Amino acid sequence: MQIPLLPEAASTTAPYVDYLYWYMSAVTVIMTTLIFAAVFFFAIKYRRRSEDEIPQPIHGSLKLEIAWSVIPFLVMLTFFWFGAQIYFANASPPSDAMDVYVVGKQWMWKIQYPEGQREINELHVPVGRPVKLTLASEDVIHSFFVPAFRLKHDVVPGRYDTMWFNATKPGRYHLFCAEYCGTEHSGMVGWVTVMSEPDYENWLANSGAEGTMVQQGERLFGQFGCSSCHQLDQQGRCPNLRGVYGSRVQLNDGKTVLADDAYIRESILNPNAKIVAGYKSDLMPAFQGQISEEGLLQLVVYIKSLAINKAPGEVAAPGTQPARERILPNGVKK
Amino acid sequence: MSTALIEPRTVETPNYLNAEYGWKSWLFTKDHKRIAILYIISITVMFFLGGVFAGLIRFELLTPQGDLVNSDTYNKFFTMHGVIMVFFFLIPSIPATLGNFFVPMMIGAKDLAFPRINLLSWYIYVVGALFALTAVVMGGVDTGWTFYTPFSSTFSNTFVITAACGVFISGFSSILTGLNFIVTVHKMRAPGMTWGRLPLFVWANYATSLIQVLGTPVVAITLALVGLERAFHIGIFDPAIGGDPILFQHMFWFYSHPAVYIMILPGMGVISELVACFSRKAVFGYSFVAASSIGIAVIGFLVWGHHMFVTGMSMYASLYFSLLSMLVAVPSAIKVFNWTATLYRSSISYATPMLYAFGFIGLFTIGGLTGLFLATLATDVHLTDTYFVVAHFHYVMVGGMVMAYMGGMHFWWPKMTGKMYPEGWAKFSALLVFVGFNLTFFPQFAAGYLGQPRRYHAYAPEFQVYNVLSTAGATVLAVGYIIPFIYFMWSLKYGEPAGDNPYKATGLEWKTSSPPPTYNFETPPIVTEEAYAYAGHGAKEGDVV
Amino acid sequence: MLTPVTAPRRETLSDSHGAVAEHNPNLRHHFDTMEQQFDSATLGMWVFLLTEIMFFGGMFCAYMIYRSMYPAAFASTSAHMNPKWGAINTAVLIVSSLSMALAVRAARLGQQKALQILLLITIFFGLAFLGVKAVEYHEHWVDNKVPLIAGHWDYSNTEHEPNQAQYARQAQILFCFYFFMTGFHAVHMIVGVGLMLTIFAMARKGKFDAHYFTPVEISGLYWHFVDIVWIFLFPLLYLIGRTKELI
Repeated sequence: MQIPLLPEAASTTAPYVDYLYWYMSAVTVIMTTLIFAAVFFFAIKYRRRSEDEIPQPIHGSLKLEIAWSVIPFLVMLTFFWFGAQIYFANASPPSDAMDVYVVGKQWMWKIQYPEGQREINELHVPVGRPVKLTLASEDVIHSFFVPAFRLKHDVVPGRYDTMWFNATKPGRYHLFCAEYCGTEHSGMVGWVTVMSEPDYENWLANSGAEGTMVQQGERLFGQFGCSSCHQLDQQGRCPNLRGVYGSRVQLNDGKTVLADDAYIRESILNPNAKIVAGYKSDLMPAFQGQISEEGLLQLVVYIKSLAINKAPGEVAAPGTQPARERILPNGVKK
Repeated sequence: MSTALIEPRTVETPNYLNAEYGWKSWLFTKDHKRIAILYIISITVMFFLGGVFAGLIRFELLTPQGDLVNSDTYNKFFTMHGVIMVFFFLIPSIPATLGNFFVPMMIGAKDLAFPRINLLSWYIYVVGALFALTAVVMGGVDTGWTFYTPFSSTFSNTFVITAACGVFISGFSSILTGLNFIVTVHKMRAPGMTWGRLPLFVWANYATSLIQVLGTPVVAITLALVGLERAFHIGIFDPAIGGDPILFQHMFWFYSHPAVYIMILPGMGVISELVACFSRKAVFGYSFVAASSIGIAVIGFLVWGHHMFVTGMSMYASLYFSLLSMLVAVPSAIKVFNWTATLYRSSISYATPMLYAFGFIGLFTIGGLTGLFLATLATDVHLTDTYFVVAHFHYVMVGGMVMAYMGGMHFWWPKMTGKMYPEGWAKFSALLVFVGFNLTFFPQFAAGYLGQPRRYHAYAPEFQVYNVLSTAGATVLAVGYIIPFIYFMWSLKYGEPAGDNPYKATGLEWKTSSPPPTYNFETPPIVTEEAYAYAGHGAKEGDVV
Repeated sequence: MLTPVTAPRRETLSDSHGAVAEHNPNLRHHFDTMEQQFDSATLGMWVFLLTEIMFFGGMFCAYMIYRSMYPAAFASTSAHMNPKWGAINTAVLIVSSLSMALAVRAARLGQQKALQILLLITIFFGLAFLGVKAVEYHEHWVDNKVPLIAGHWDYSNTEHEPNQAQYARQAQILFCFYFFMTGFHAVHMIVGVGLMLTIFAMARKGKFDAHYFTPVEISGLYWHFVDIVWIFLFPLLYLIGRTKELI
């Protein structure tokens, strides 16, 4: 019978986590064995042989106390050090990471790709390329967990969380929700499929879409009346959104903020939270409760795509990855 | 078998049990010993109730599919198991039972500083437990014992407020017990009982009391805010109006991490007593063991963020919490080494309490070391919210605390009741508990690393082998707990008379009759010895043979 | 080697046969001396007050966190607090603490009449505090600033406050905290008044004298603590941030 001990190691970080785990396990086994052995050995060697025997007291030894405090602490510091190193490496995605957008809601994962594909409980990624997930929740806290990558990150409502990975081995790996979220928490599972580059291209080409995320975002932009105010070609009654993504925005209270994904999301849901300098409050309606997290992500991607002096969708604004040309294995560009 | 002492006294001599009869004499008692008995009865009821839920969980998890009950019901099972075991069994357990009974006796006092507050704390506990039971009977709670928002505040359709009330109320029981112990240890020590001569059980309960007093109010206000949010439909932790669900987690864990030290320190205190008595030798490094209890209590307040490494907390906060979590492991390690060193050149008896002590030392070592995997950032990212965590905390809480509780109950049963339990059955049950426990929880480490998330009703098929082993172990463990319940009850009527000091232990509590008289000491003791002065009147610190 | 016997700290043992004189009828059986009993009671009350600090502290902490997250929203809420009532209540409580301290002193000196009068004064001011609080809450109710009750929360723009609607969401949180913090404080005041009434009743029955006034002392500690919580609440909720320049 197969008794698996480790999941497959399918990301760049997984082997390091596994090495650290084995190192810590080895120390644990050694320490445990030492204690068990000492207790066992002493229990036998010093078992009571007569009712009246009274051993001599040994009250303590400062040297021993120091030794067995400092040495284990130093060993633990090595755990801390290696753990922190890997954690830090995973904290910032590489600048050329491809974006995928994930919305967790009770009880499913909705995945959106910039090119427009949407999936439920399935994530397709190419092997060998860093992938950055932007995580949003529609309702409660979830957690995106891929054991094969040794990675998880909580998906907290009210904000965006990000995580990134670089898959190293083609295959199909479990995706689990790892933060209890209600009735079907254990049903909020899926699969991450890592594909070789050519297979991934094939999948992209064949997995029909309703337009790219930029196009979907643009549709929403019109649908919700954003374009009536945020005229993209001239200053309207509201700030021009061209090039805003990634820039520093001055607010009416004197502070400046970075216009990142979270800023855009907040500006849509609760515009009065941060008013751009020179504009009045209470002009833009709040869309809290009217747009799903998925829609918000599409709008974010659309606004990201708006560069100064270019028509929307043509060239990506600074801070996003360049639009990829897809080249199929037969050399045809798409 | 039982080591009867010089003048075995029968239960006919006046003692706290036969001083008065009738339900009023129990329900309106001010005697700390009777209150301890009341607590023993109540927490035993809650323990078995929590155990029933555990059994149902393990039974469901035999198969990967969720086929025994539906998901909502399963979610209620693990929530009720956690809420009952944490708040209504483990937190009160040793302090309210063995602590209530023996802390005053060990320091030579006639009672705790505030006997009526002691009784009040039991009543408060019962009211809190009734709220929890009401929640169960009305249909249960399904938020997990951690009540994370916004699920608990906005989304859950179960009796969250009722359960939160139960926890809130029982928190005051915990606070009052802690308050009572602190004042008692400061003000009621007999002449000659200096801090440096206190039994380590008293030190452990004192440190626990510090945590109870400082930490519990924070979880009280946190749960109160969640309850108010639900009741009035406002949004404190509701992101839709700018509330922060992670703030809830910070506030919750600020108490609940120190709480886990409430759930282990008294057990460590018991182990110190058992190791000293059954190796007939003073605990090695007494002052270090005493100081480590205080150290755990203090540092324990500084590490709560290690429950939140994947919530998007700042990297620097994560670094800090990880580092401090390594530090808090050191005092626990110090204790384990000191107990082991005590065994060296000692005179070891294999009486049942000592078997539980051996079990504790081994299992707590594993539990504590596996905590390091969770304190280390990179491994925690993989392991948090998996069965690895479940295995870790059951190792420390069940393999640790519950074994210590069992060991302490067996050690002090003769003193409390005047009766001996059957040693053969007791040893057998200790063995069952050890084997059953390991079989239940060790496979969960593997399941966790493999990726089985916790709180899952149905799971992926590759985890099944571990779950089957775990359920098999749970059956053995359950038997290991039921048998002592039976023989303890049996011993009340049929047990051999125990005598004043069947184990020839030092300690003021053993200088009284078994059971002790209502006012503990006929003449107030004057203390002249160090603790654990088995070899005579106590050598000085630093003496080595 | 024998450790020297330490001289017993206490002189008399109330329960043993042939005990020496000190047998104040108020001495509880598990204590050896009145001094030990008094010390224990006061230490116990201090420890209890420590738990109260942690309880209020948790709320204060959460409030401070939200306030620092939403400074503009917070500034807009302070316009709806009435520092006049807050100041009156502060004065009321300080005076009540004075009368309480004097009451404890009277008890120590065995001055029965003074004790009773001072307790009554303290109770009166305690009730005054609660009365002012009731007026304040009523004002909030009429003004629709009670997020807890449906239909009584309205943060839209008014003539007086033409720019506040944008902060409605966060203001709701901050107002919730206002009501929780002052509400829990008020509950503690009610308990305090009840405590004082009990002490007053005991004083009237002549239960206290220069040798036994422990309940007066520890109730006094409790009263002072509730007062101090208000001393922190008042500036935090009413005074800081009363600027309109931000808007």
